[in-house]
Amino acid sequence: MLMQNIPWLVMMIVLPLVGAMFCFLFPQRVKLLGLITALVIVVSVTALASQVVEQGALRYAVGGWGAPLGINLYVDGLSLLMLLVTALVGLAISVYSIAYFNQEKSQHFWPLWMLLWTALNALFLSADLFNLYVTLELLGLSAVALVALAGGANALGAAMRYLFVSLLGSLFYLLALALLYHSFATVDIAILAQRIEATPAVWAAMALMTAGLLLKTALFPLHFWLPPAHANAPAPVSALLSALVVKASFYILLRLWLEVFPLPNAALVQFLGLLGSGAVLWGGVQALRQTRLKMLIAYSTVAQLGYLFIAFPLATSMAWKGALYLLISHALAKSSMFLAAGNLQLFGGHDRITHLDRVAQRLPLTLAAFALAGVSIMGLPPSGGFVGKWLLLDAALRTGQWWWAVILILGSLLAAAYIFKVIGHAFTQAEVPHEEGEVSRMMEWVAFVLALAAIVLGLIASWPLALMDIGTPFNSGVAQ
Amino acid sequence: MNIAFFYALTGIGLFTLGLYALIKHKHLLRKILAINVMGSGVLLVLVALAARTQNTPDPVPHAMVITGIVVAISATALALALMLRLCETSGRAELPDEPME
Repeated sequence: MLMQNIPWLVMMIVLPLVGAMFCFLFPQRVKLLGLITALVIVVSVTALASQVVEQGALRYAVGGWGAPLGINLYVDGLSLLMLLVTALVGLAISVYSIAYFNQEKSQHFWPLWMLLWTALNALFLSADLFNLYVTLELLGLSAVALVALAGGANALGAAMRYLFVSLLGSLFYLLALALLYHSFATVDIAILAQRIEATPAVWAAMALMTAGLLLKTALFPLHFWLPPAHANAPAPVSALLSALVVKASFYILLRLWLEVFPLPNAALVQFLGLLGSGAVLWGGVQALRQTRLKMLIAYSTVAQLGYLFIAFPLATSMAWKGALYLLISHALAKSSMFLAAGNLQLFGGHDRITHLDRVAQRLPLTLAAFALAGVSIMGLPPSGGFVGKWLLLDAALRTGQWWWAVILILGSLLAAAYIFKVIGHAFTQAEVPHEEGEVSRMMEWVAFVLALAAIVLGLIASWPLALMDIGTPFNSGVAQ
Repeated sequence: MNIAFFYALTGIGLFTLGLYALIKHKHLLRKILAINVMGSGVLLVLVALAARTQNTPDPVPHAMVITGIVVAISATALALALMLRLCETSGRAELPDEPME
Protein backbone atom coordinates (compact mmCIF):
# COMPACT_ATOMS: atom_id res chain seq x y z
CA MET A 1 0.00 0.00 0.00
CA LEU A 2 1.14 3.46 -0.86
CA MET A 3 0.35 4.89 2.57
CA GLN A 4 2.65 2.39 4.20
CA ASN A 5 5.63 3.34 2.02
CA ILE A 6 5.70 6.95 3.03
CA PRO A 7 8.15 7.57 5.88
CA TRP A 8 5.66 9.28 8.18
CA LEU A 9 8.38 9.91 10.75
CA VAL A 10 10.01 12.35 8.39
CA MET A 11 6.68 13.85 7.37
CA MET A 12 6.01 14.69 11.02
CA ILE A 13 8.98 17.06 10.93
CA VAL A 14 8.74 18.27 7.33
CA LEU A 15 5.03 19.15 7.36
CA PRO A 16 5.01 21.73 10.16
CA LEU A 17 8.29 23.16 8.88
CA VAL A 18 6.82 23.67 5.40
CA GLY A 19 3.69 25.04 7.05
CA ALA A 20 5.81 27.54 8.98
CA MET A 21 7.53 28.71 5.80
CA PHE A 22 4.21 29.14 4.00
CA CYS A 23 2.73 31.02 6.94
CA PHE A 24 5.75 33.28 6.86
CA LEU A 25 5.57 33.84 3.09
CA PHE A 26 1.83 34.46 2.79
CA PRO A 27 0.85 36.53 5.83
CA GLN A 28 -2.56 37.39 4.37
CA ARG A 29 -3.67 33.75 4.25
CA VAL A 30 -1.97 32.75 7.46
CA LYS A 31 -5.02 31.39 9.32
CA LEU A 32 -6.11 29.15 6.46
CA LEU A 33 -2.59 27.86 5.82
CA GLY A 34 -2.02 27.17 9.50
CA LEU A 35 -5.26 25.28 9.89
CA ILE A 36 -4.57 23.18 6.79
CA THR A 37 -1.12 22.32 8.13
CA ALA A 38 -2.56 21.36 11.49
CA LEU A 39 -5.08 19.05 9.83
CA VAL A 40 -2.45 17.45 7.61
CA ILE A 41 -0.24 16.85 10.65
CA VAL A 42 -3.11 15.09 12.40
CA VAL A 43 -3.60 12.85 9.34
CA SER A 44 0.12 12.14 9.25
CA VAL A 45 0.34 11.25 12.93
CA THR A 46 -2.60 8.89 12.51
CA ALA A 47 -0.82 7.20 9.63
CA LEU A 48 2.36 6.98 11.69
CA ALA A 49 0.40 5.47 14.56
CA SER A 50 -1.10 2.77 12.37
CA GLN A 51 2.37 2.06 10.97
CA VAL A 52 3.83 1.72 14.46
CA VAL A 53 0.95 -0.41 15.75
CA GLU A 54 1.45 -2.75 12.79
CA GLN A 55 5.23 -2.92 12.63
CA GLY A 56 6.37 -2.04 16.12
CA ALA A 57 9.04 0.56 16.94
CA LEU A 58 10.54 2.16 13.84
CA ARG A 59 14.00 3.50 13.14
CA TYR A 60 14.72 5.69 10.16
CA ALA A 61 18.14 6.76 8.93
CA VAL A 62 17.79 10.24 7.42
CA GLY A 63 19.32 10.40 3.95
CA GLY A 64 20.38 6.77 4.19
CA TRP A 65 23.23 7.64 6.61
CA GLY A 66 22.96 5.49 9.69
CA ALA A 67 24.33 6.15 13.15
CA PRO A 68 26.98 6.92 14.30
CA LEU A 69 27.67 9.35 11.44
CA GLY A 70 24.16 10.18 10.24
CA ILE A 71 21.00 11.19 12.01
CA ASN A 72 18.54 8.54 13.10
CA LEU A 73 14.88 9.05 13.84
CA TYR A 74 13.23 6.62 16.18
CA VAL A 75 9.65 6.13 17.26
CA ASP A 76 8.32 3.75 19.90
CA GLY A 77 5.24 3.74 22.09
CA LEU A 78 6.54 6.55 24.30
CA SER A 79 7.36 8.93 21.48
CA LEU A 80 4.23 7.98 19.55
CA LEU A 81 2.02 8.94 22.47
CA MET A 82 3.84 12.25 22.84
CA LEU A 83 3.34 12.92 19.12
CA LEU A 84 -0.33 11.98 19.34
CA VAL A 85 -1.06 14.22 22.29
CA THR A 86 0.91 17.05 20.65
CA ALA A 87 -1.17 16.68 17.50
CA LEU A 88 -4.44 16.61 19.41
CA VAL A 89 -3.68 19.59 21.62
CA GLY A 90 -2.01 21.33 18.69
CA LEU A 91 -5.07 21.02 16.49
CA ALA A 92 -7.36 22.28 19.25
CA ILE A 93 -5.14 25.27 19.96
CA SER A 94 -4.88 26.01 16.25
CA VAL A 95 -8.65 26.18 15.94
CA TYR A 96 -8.85 28.34 19.06
CA SER A 97 -6.17 30.75 17.82
CA ILE A 98 -8.08 31.46 14.63
CA ALA A 99 -10.77 33.12 16.69
CA TYR A 100 -8.45 34.48 19.40
CA PHE A 101 -5.84 36.45 17.46
CA ASN A 102 -6.58 39.33 15.11
CA GLN A 103 -4.94 39.36 11.69
CA GLU A 104 -1.88 41.30 12.84
CA LYS A 105 -1.09 39.03 15.79
CA SER A 106 -1.86 35.97 13.67
CA GLN A 107 0.91 36.87 11.27
CA HIS A 108 3.39 36.58 14.11
CA PHE A 109 1.74 33.71 15.92
CA TRP A 110 1.34 31.15 13.17
CA PRO A 111 4.91 30.90 11.81
CA LEU A 112 6.25 30.69 15.37
CA TRP A 113 3.67 28.13 16.43
CA MET A 114 4.43 25.97 13.39
CA LEU A 115 8.15 26.17 14.17
CA LEU A 116 7.39 25.22 17.76
CA TRP A 117 5.40 22.24 16.50
CA THR A 118 8.29 21.26 14.22
CA ALA A 119 10.68 21.39 17.16
CA LEU A 120 8.35 19.32 19.36
CA ASN A 121 7.86 16.61 16.75
CA ALA A 122 11.56 16.51 15.92
CA LEU A 123 12.40 16.29 19.61
CA PHE A 124 10.10 13.34 20.21
CA LEU A 125 11.56 11.54 17.18
CA SER A 126 15.25 12.18 17.86
CA ALA A 127 17.40 9.18 18.57
CA ASP A 128 20.60 10.94 19.53
CA LEU A 129 21.58 13.35 22.25
CA PHE A 130 22.89 16.05 19.98
CA ASN A 131 19.73 16.17 17.92
CA LEU A 132 17.85 16.45 21.16
CA TYR A 133 20.01 19.45 22.06
CA VAL A 134 19.28 21.19 18.77
CA THR A 135 15.54 20.54 18.96
CA LEU A 136 15.50 21.66 22.58
CA GLU A 137 17.05 24.98 21.56
CA LEU A 138 14.63 25.40 18.66
CA LEU A 139 11.80 24.72 21.05
CA GLY A 140 13.11 27.19 23.61
CA LEU A 141 13.66 29.99 21.11
CA SER A 142 10.24 29.69 19.49
CA ALA A 143 8.55 29.40 22.89
CA VAL A 144 10.27 32.57 24.14
CA ALA A 145 9.23 34.46 21.03
CA LEU A 146 5.64 33.31 21.55
CA VAL A 147 5.62 34.53 25.16
CA ALA A 148 6.87 37.93 23.99
CA LEU A 149 3.94 38.07 21.56
CA ALA A 150 1.68 39.41 24.31
CA GLY A 151 3.74 42.64 24.40
CA GLY A 152 3.88 44.83 27.48
CA ALA A 153 6.59 45.01 30.12
CA ASN A 154 5.38 42.00 32.12
CA ALA A 155 5.30 39.63 29.16
CA LEU A 156 8.64 40.88 27.83
CA GLY A 157 10.28 40.51 31.23
CA ALA A 158 8.88 37.02 31.60
CA ALA A 159 10.05 36.12 28.09
CA MET A 160 13.55 37.43 28.85
CA ARG A 161 13.78 35.43 32.06
CA TYR A 162 12.46 32.38 30.26
CA LEU A 163 15.11 32.82 27.56
CA PHE A 164 17.95 32.95 30.11
CA VAL A 165 16.66 29.88 31.91
CA SER A 166 16.19 28.02 28.67
CA LEU A 167 19.70 28.83 27.44
CA LEU A 168 21.26 28.02 30.79
CA GLY A 169 19.56 24.63 30.85
CA SER A 170 20.71 23.88 27.31
CA LEU A 171 24.30 24.82 28.11
CA PHE A 172 24.38 22.43 31.06
CA TYR A 173 23.03 19.78 28.75
CA LEU A 174 25.60 20.53 26.05
CA LEU A 175 28.49 20.41 28.50
CA ALA A 176 27.31 17.01 29.68
CA LEU A 177 27.03 15.90 26.09
CA ALA A 178 30.67 16.87 25.50
CA LEU A 179 31.72 14.71 28.45
CA LEU A 180 29.68 11.76 27.23
CA TYR A 181 31.00 12.05 23.70
CA HIS A 182 34.53 12.19 24.97
CA SER A 183 34.06 9.00 26.98
CA PHE A 184 32.12 6.90 24.51
CA ALA A 185 32.62 8.48 21.05
CA THR A 186 28.92 8.48 20.28
CA VAL A 187 25.78 10.46 20.99
CA ASP A 188 23.36 7.87 19.64
CA ILE A 189 21.11 6.81 22.53
CA ALA A 190 21.00 3.12 21.59
CA ILE A 191 24.78 2.80 21.14
CA LEU A 192 25.44 4.89 24.23
CA ALA A 193 23.18 2.59 26.25
CA GLN A 194 25.43 -0.35 25.38
CA ARG A 195 28.71 1.39 26.12
CA ILE A 196 27.80 3.28 29.28
CA GLU A 197 29.87 2.63 32.40
CA ALA A 198 29.86 4.14 35.84
CA THR A 199 32.86 6.46 35.51
CA PRO A 200 33.24 9.85 37.19
CA ALA A 201 32.74 11.55 33.81
CA VAL A 202 29.39 9.78 33.41
CA TRP A 203 28.31 10.80 36.89
CA ALA A 204 29.22 14.39 36.14
CA ALA A 205 27.39 14.24 32.83
CA MET A 206 24.36 12.72 34.48
CA ALA A 207 24.27 15.41 37.14
CA LEU A 208 24.70 18.22 34.60
CA MET A 209 22.08 16.91 32.20
CA THR A 210 19.60 16.25 34.97
CA ALA A 211 20.13 19.71 36.45
CA GLY A 212 19.76 21.40 33.08
CA LEU A 213 16.60 19.51 32.22
CA LEU A 214 15.07 19.99 35.67
CA LEU A 215 15.56 23.72 35.20
CA LYS A 216 13.74 23.54 31.87
CA THR A 217 11.01 21.30 33.27
CA ALA A 218 10.57 23.80 36.12
CA LEU A 219 10.78 21.26 38.90
CA PHE A 220 10.56 22.83 42.36
CA PRO A 221 12.66 24.75 43.45
CA LEU A 222 13.72 25.62 39.90
CA HIS A 223 10.21 26.65 38.94
CA PHE A 224 10.55 30.40 39.58
CA TRP A 225 10.45 31.32 35.90
CA LEU A 226 7.41 29.28 34.95
CA PRO A 227 4.43 31.10 36.50
CA PRO A 228 5.23 34.56 35.09
CA ALA A 229 6.08 33.17 31.63
CA HIS A 230 2.99 30.99 31.42
CA ALA A 231 0.63 33.51 32.95
CA ASN A 232 1.68 36.55 30.94
CA ALA A 233 1.61 34.88 27.52
CA PRO A 234 -1.51 35.04 25.34
CA ALA A 235 -4.00 32.29 26.28
CA PRO A 236 -3.28 29.87 23.40
CA VAL A 237 0.45 30.25 24.05
CA SER A 238 0.03 29.61 27.79
CA ALA A 239 -1.86 26.47 26.85
CA LEU A 240 0.92 25.36 24.53
CA LEU A 241 3.65 26.03 27.06
CA SER A 242 1.97 24.28 29.98
CA ALA A 243 0.58 21.40 27.97
CA LEU A 244 3.46 20.58 25.68
CA VAL A 245 6.66 22.59 26.01
CA VAL A 246 7.58 21.73 29.62
CA LYS A 247 6.74 18.09 28.87
CA ALA A 248 9.36 18.01 26.12
CA SER A 249 12.26 18.45 28.52
CA PHE A 250 10.67 15.94 30.87
CA TYR A 251 10.49 13.52 27.95
CA ILE A 252 14.24 13.87 27.37
CA LEU A 253 14.91 13.33 31.05
CA LEU A 254 12.75 10.22 31.00
CA ARG A 255 14.54 8.84 27.94
CA LEU A 256 17.94 9.50 29.50
CA TRP A 257 17.06 7.86 32.80
CA LEU A 258 15.41 4.89 31.17
CA GLU A 259 17.99 4.19 28.52
CA VAL A 260 21.25 6.04 28.92
CA PHE A 261 21.81 6.19 32.67
CA PRO A 262 20.45 2.93 34.04
CA LEU A 263 22.75 3.22 37.02
CA PRO A 264 21.06 2.33 40.26
CA ASN A 265 21.41 5.13 42.75
CA ALA A 266 18.89 5.05 45.56
CA ALA A 267 19.82 8.42 47.04
CA LEU A 268 19.49 10.33 43.79
CA VAL A 269 16.07 8.95 42.82
CA GLN A 270 14.74 9.54 46.34
CA PHE A 271 16.01 13.11 46.00
CA LEU A 272 14.11 13.57 42.74
CA GLY A 273 11.00 12.15 44.36
CA LEU A 274 11.48 14.56 47.24
CA LEU A 275 11.73 17.54 44.90
CA GLY A 276 8.63 16.27 43.11
CA SER A 277 6.76 16.14 46.42
CA GLY A 278 7.98 19.63 47.22
CA ALA A 279 6.58 20.79 43.88
CA VAL A 280 3.22 19.13 44.52
CA LEU A 281 2.83 20.80 47.91
CA TRP A 282 4.44 24.17 47.21
CA GLY A 283 2.73 24.51 43.81
CA GLY A 284 -0.61 23.65 45.37
CA VAL A 285 -0.24 26.11 48.22
CA GLN A 286 0.97 28.88 45.90
CA ALA A 287 -1.92 28.21 43.52
CA LEU A 288 -4.32 28.67 46.42
CA ARG A 289 -2.75 32.01 47.30
CA GLN A 290 -2.98 33.53 43.81
CA THR A 291 -5.43 36.28 43.02
CA ARG A 292 -5.14 36.02 39.25
CA LEU A 293 -6.66 33.05 37.45
CA LYS A 294 -3.82 32.49 35.01
CA MET A 295 -1.25 32.61 37.80
CA LEU A 296 -3.29 30.02 39.68
CA ILE A 297 -3.34 27.73 36.65
CA ALA A 298 0.39 28.25 36.13
CA TYR A 299 1.18 27.28 39.74
CA SER A 300 -1.07 24.28 39.28
CA THR A 301 1.26 23.28 36.44
CA VAL A 302 4.20 23.49 38.84
CA ALA A 303 2.35 21.14 41.18
CA GLN A 304 1.31 18.73 38.46
CA LEU A 305 4.86 18.50 37.13
CA GLY A 306 5.90 17.35 40.58
CA TYR A 307 3.80 14.19 40.27
CA LEU A 308 5.83 13.11 37.27
CA PHE A 309 8.95 12.98 39.41
CA ILE A 310 7.39 10.73 42.01
CA ALA A 311 7.74 7.96 39.42
CA PHE A 312 11.55 8.12 39.72
CA PRO A 313 11.91 6.55 43.19
CA LEU A 314 9.21 3.98 42.38
CA ALA A 315 10.78 3.12 39.03
CA THR A 316 8.56 0.20 38.18
CA SER A 317 7.13 -0.14 34.71
CA MET A 318 3.71 0.62 36.22
CA ALA A 319 4.95 3.84 37.81
CA TRP A 320 6.46 5.10 34.55
CA LYS A 321 3.22 4.39 32.77
CA GLY A 322 1.32 6.20 35.48
CA ALA A 323 3.56 9.24 35.12
CA LEU A 324 3.17 9.21 31.36
CA TYR A 325 -0.59 8.87 31.71
CA LEU A 326 -0.63 11.78 34.09
CA LEU A 327 1.48 13.77 31.66
CA ILE A 328 -0.94 13.16 28.79
CA SER A 329 -4.08 13.91 30.75
CA HIS A 330 -2.45 17.00 32.24
CA ALA A 331 -1.63 18.17 28.72
CA LEU A 332 -5.29 17.91 27.74
CA ALA A 333 -6.75 19.26 30.97
CA LYS A 334 -4.30 22.14 31.39
CA SER A 335 -4.61 23.34 27.82
CA SER A 336 -8.37 23.33 28.32
CA MET A 337 -8.00 25.32 31.53
CA PHE A 338 -5.79 27.97 29.99
CA LEU A 339 -8.13 28.31 27.03
CA ALA A 340 -11.09 28.60 29.39
CA ALA A 341 -9.14 31.25 31.33
CA GLY A 342 -8.53 33.03 28.03
CA ASN A 343 -12.28 33.07 27.42
CA LEU A 344 -12.95 34.42 30.88
CA GLN A 345 -10.33 37.10 30.41
CA LEU A 346 -11.84 38.19 27.10
CA PHE A 347 -15.28 38.13 28.65
CA GLY A 348 -14.50 40.15 31.73
CA GLY A 349 -11.46 42.07 30.51
CA HIS A 350 -9.43 40.82 33.50
CA ASP A 351 -8.54 37.55 35.18
CA ARG A 352 -8.89 38.39 38.87
CA ILE A 353 -10.53 35.42 40.50
CA THR A 354 -12.64 37.32 43.03
CA HIS A 355 -14.06 39.52 40.27
CA LEU A 356 -15.47 36.66 38.24
CA ASP A 357 -19.04 37.86 37.90
CA ARG A 358 -21.64 35.07 37.59
CA VAL A 359 -19.78 33.53 34.66
CA ALA A 360 -21.41 30.21 35.43
CA GLN A 361 -24.67 31.59 34.09
CA ARG A 362 -23.18 33.77 31.42
CA LEU A 363 -20.50 31.47 29.96
CA PRO A 364 -21.72 28.03 31.02
CA LEU A 365 -19.73 26.09 28.43
CA THR A 366 -16.44 27.69 29.41
CA LEU A 367 -17.05 27.08 33.08
CA ALA A 368 -18.04 23.49 32.33
CA ALA A 369 -14.74 23.09 30.50
CA PHE A 370 -12.86 24.50 33.47
CA ALA A 371 -14.67 22.24 35.91
CA LEU A 372 -14.23 19.09 33.83
CA ALA A 373 -10.55 19.86 33.34
CA GLY A 374 -10.44 20.40 37.09
CA VAL A 375 -11.80 16.89 37.64
CA SER A 376 -8.83 15.48 35.76
CA ILE A 377 -6.35 17.78 37.53
CA MET A 378 -7.72 16.69 40.92
CA GLY A 379 -7.51 13.09 39.77
CA LEU A 380 -11.12 12.14 40.37
CA PRO A 381 -12.55 9.16 38.53
CA PRO A 382 -13.30 8.59 35.68
CA SER A 383 -10.74 11.06 34.30
CA GLY A 384 -7.33 10.47 32.74
CA GLY A 385 -5.75 12.12 35.75
CA PHE A 386 -7.34 9.48 37.96
CA VAL A 387 -5.84 6.60 35.96
CA GLY A 388 -2.38 8.16 36.14
CA LYS A 389 -2.60 8.78 39.88
CA TRP A 390 -4.05 5.34 40.47
CA LEU A 391 -1.12 3.69 38.71
CA LEU A 392 1.31 5.79 40.74
CA LEU A 393 -0.52 5.02 44.00
CA ASP A 394 -0.54 1.34 43.17
CA ALA A 395 3.18 1.38 42.41
CA ALA A 396 3.89 3.29 45.64
CA LEU A 397 2.05 0.72 47.77
CA ARG A 398 3.48 -2.27 45.91
CA THR A 399 7.05 -1.09 46.37
CA GLY A 400 6.29 -0.38 50.02
CA GLN A 401 6.97 3.35 49.72
CA TRP A 402 3.68 4.51 51.17
CA TRP A 403 4.89 8.05 51.87
CA TRP A 404 4.63 8.93 48.16
CA ALA A 405 0.99 7.84 48.29
CA VAL A 406 0.40 10.40 51.05
CA ILE A 407 1.87 13.14 48.83
CA LEU A 408 -0.35 12.08 45.94
CA ILE A 409 -3.45 12.37 48.09
CA LEU A 410 -2.41 15.68 49.67
CA GLY A 411 -1.75 17.04 46.19
CA SER A 412 -5.24 16.06 45.09
CA LEU A 413 -6.76 17.80 48.10
CA LEU A 414 -4.85 20.99 47.37
CA ALA A 415 -5.93 20.79 43.73
CA ALA A 416 -9.53 20.40 44.80
CA ALA A 417 -9.18 23.45 47.05
CA TYR A 418 -7.83 25.78 44.38
CA ILE A 419 -10.22 24.59 41.69
CA PHE A 420 -13.29 24.97 43.88
CA LYS A 421 -12.07 28.41 44.87
CA VAL A 422 -12.37 29.48 41.23
CA ILE A 423 -15.66 27.69 40.62
CA GLY A 424 -17.16 29.22 43.76
CA HIS A 425 -16.41 32.75 42.60
CA ALA A 426 -17.78 31.90 39.17
CA PHE A 427 -21.25 31.27 40.58
CA THR A 428 -21.54 34.35 42.73
CA GLN A 429 -22.01 37.95 41.84
CA ALA A 430 -18.87 40.04 42.07
CA GLU A 431 -18.82 43.38 43.85
CA VAL A 432 -17.64 45.12 40.72
CA PRO A 433 -19.82 44.17 37.76
CA HIS A 434 -18.20 44.46 34.38
CA GLU A 435 -19.02 44.79 30.71
CA GLU A 436 -19.44 41.59 28.76
CA GLY A 437 -16.71 41.03 26.19
CA GLU A 438 -17.22 39.07 23.01
CA VAL A 439 -16.30 35.39 23.25
CA SER A 440 -16.83 33.30 20.13
CA ARG A 441 -18.66 29.97 20.46
CA MET A 442 -15.78 28.24 18.73
CA MET A 443 -13.40 29.20 21.54
CA GLU A 444 -15.81 27.91 24.16
CA TRP A 445 -16.25 24.62 22.36
CA VAL A 446 -12.53 24.04 21.89
CA ALA A 447 -11.89 24.39 25.62
CA PHE A 448 -14.80 22.09 26.33
CA VAL A 449 -13.73 19.40 23.87
CA LEU A 450 -10.21 19.34 25.34
CA ALA A 451 -11.61 18.94 28.85
CA LEU A 452 -13.90 16.20 27.63
CA ALA A 453 -10.93 14.45 26.05
CA ALA A 454 -9.16 14.50 29.44
CA ILE A 455 -12.16 12.77 30.97
CA VAL A 456 -12.58 10.28 28.11
CA LEU A 457 -8.92 9.37 28.53
CA GLY A 458 -9.92 7.78 31.81
CA LEU A 459 -12.52 5.61 30.14
CA ILE A 460 -10.34 4.21 27.35
CA ALA A 461 -7.27 3.60 29.46
CA SER A 462 -6.41 0.19 28.02
CA TRP A 463 -5.67 1.58 24.58
CA PRO A 464 -3.02 4.19 25.51
CA LEU A 465 -1.53 1.77 28.02
CA ALA A 466 -1.14 -0.84 25.27
CA LEU A 467 0.46 1.77 23.02
CA MET A 468 3.04 2.51 25.71
CA ASP A 469 4.34 -1.03 25.46
CA ILE A 470 5.37 -0.76 21.82
CA GLY A 471 9.14 -1.00 21.71
CA THR A 472 9.11 -1.61 25.50
CA PRO A 473 10.53 1.77 26.50
CA PHE A 474 9.81 1.12 30.19
CA ASN A 475 11.19 -2.34 30.65
CA SER A 476 14.81 -1.32 30.73
CA GLY A 477 16.12 1.16 33.18
CA VAL A 478 16.32 1.86 36.83
CA ALA A 479 14.09 -1.02 37.81
CA GLN A 480 16.74 -3.58 37.01
CA MET B 1 48.38 16.70 31.70
CA ASN B 2 48.32 17.28 27.96
CA ILE B 3 47.36 20.39 26.01
CA ALA B 4 43.84 19.19 25.15
CA PHE B 5 43.12 18.65 28.82
CA PHE B 6 44.38 22.13 29.60
CA TYR B 7 42.02 23.62 26.99
CA ALA B 8 39.12 21.62 28.36
CA LEU B 9 39.84 22.91 31.86
CA THR B 10 39.94 26.45 30.48
CA GLY B 11 36.54 25.79 28.92
CA ILE B 12 35.14 24.68 32.26
CA GLY B 13 36.66 27.80 33.82
CA LEU B 14 34.94 30.02 31.26
CA PHE B 15 31.68 28.19 31.86
CA THR B 16 31.89 28.78 35.60
CA LEU B 17 32.90 32.41 35.15
CA GLY B 18 29.95 32.99 32.83
CA LEU B 19 27.57 31.31 35.25
CA TYR B 20 28.79 33.56 38.05
CA ALA B 21 28.36 36.66 35.91
CA LEU B 22 24.90 35.57 34.77
CA ILE B 23 23.72 35.32 38.34
CA LYS B 24 25.58 38.35 39.69
CA HIS B 25 24.91 41.07 37.13
CA LYS B 26 21.60 42.82 36.78
CA HIS B 27 22.05 44.57 33.47
CA LEU B 28 20.60 42.46 30.67
CA LEU B 29 23.45 43.10 28.26
CA ARG B 30 25.88 41.71 30.83
CA LYS B 31 23.67 38.69 31.31
CA ILE B 32 23.57 38.10 27.55
CA LEU B 33 27.36 38.41 27.40
CA ALA B 34 27.66 36.03 30.34
CA ILE B 35 25.57 33.43 28.54
CA ASN B 36 27.83 33.85 25.53
CA VAL B 37 30.94 33.34 27.62
CA MET B 38 29.40 30.18 29.04
CA GLY B 39 28.59 28.99 25.54
CA SER B 40 32.15 29.62 24.37
CA GLY B 41 33.38 27.64 27.36
CA VAL B 42 31.27 24.63 26.41
CA LEU B 43 32.33 24.84 22.78
CA LEU B 44 35.97 25.04 23.85
CA VAL B 45 35.52 21.86 25.86
CA LEU B 46 34.01 20.17 22.81
CA VAL B 47 36.85 21.27 20.52
CA ALA B 48 39.50 20.29 23.03
CA LEU B 49 38.04 16.87 23.66
CA ALA B 50 38.02 16.24 19.91
CA ALA B 51 41.72 15.44 20.30
CA ARG B 52 40.87 12.00 21.56
CA THR B 53 43.01 10.12 19.04
CA GLN B 54 46.76 10.36 18.57
CA ASN B 55 46.95 11.67 15.00
CA THR B 56 43.98 13.46 13.44
CA PRO B 57 41.38 15.09 15.64
CA ASP B 58 37.84 13.68 15.65
CA PRO B 59 35.72 15.75 13.21
CA VAL B 60 32.33 15.03 14.83
CA PRO B 61 32.68 17.47 17.77
CA HIS B 62 33.78 20.14 15.30
CA ALA B 63 30.53 19.67 13.41
CA MET B 64 28.72 19.96 16.74
CA VAL B 65 30.58 23.16 17.55
CA ILE B 66 29.52 24.71 14.25
CA THR B 67 25.91 23.86 15.02
CA GLY B 68 26.41 25.20 18.53
CA ILE B 69 27.71 28.50 17.16
CA VAL B 70 24.67 28.83 14.92
CA VAL B 71 22.39 28.22 17.89
CA ALA B 72 24.32 30.72 20.01
CA ILE B 73 24.04 33.41 17.35
CA SER B 74 20.28 32.96 16.97
CA ALA B 75 19.79 32.94 20.71
CA THR B 76 21.90 36.09 21.14
CA ALA B 77 19.99 37.84 18.36
CA LEU B 78 16.67 36.99 20.01
CA ALA B 79 17.94 38.02 23.43
CA LEU B 80 19.19 41.38 22.12
CA ALA B 81 15.93 42.07 20.32
CA LEU B 82 13.98 41.24 23.46
CA MET B 83 16.25 43.43 25.55
CA LEU B 84 15.78 46.41 23.24
CA ARG B 85 12.03 45.98 23.28
CA LEU B 86 11.98 45.62 27.04
CA CYS B 87 14.11 48.74 27.34
CA GLU B 88 11.65 50.67 25.14
CA THR B 89 8.62 49.54 27.13
CA SER B 90 9.89 49.69 30.68
CA GLY B 91 12.75 52.13 30.30
CA ARG B 92 15.17 49.82 32.09
CA ALA B 93 17.51 47.15 30.74
CA GLU B 94 16.95 45.00 33.80
CA LEU B 95 14.63 42.19 34.70
CA PRO B 96 11.68 43.34 36.79
CA ASP B 97 12.00 41.88 40.30
CA GLU B 98 8.34 41.22 40.89
CA PRO B 99 5.78 41.12 38.11
CA MET B 100 3.40 44.02 38.39
CA GLU B 101 -0.28 43.43 39.00
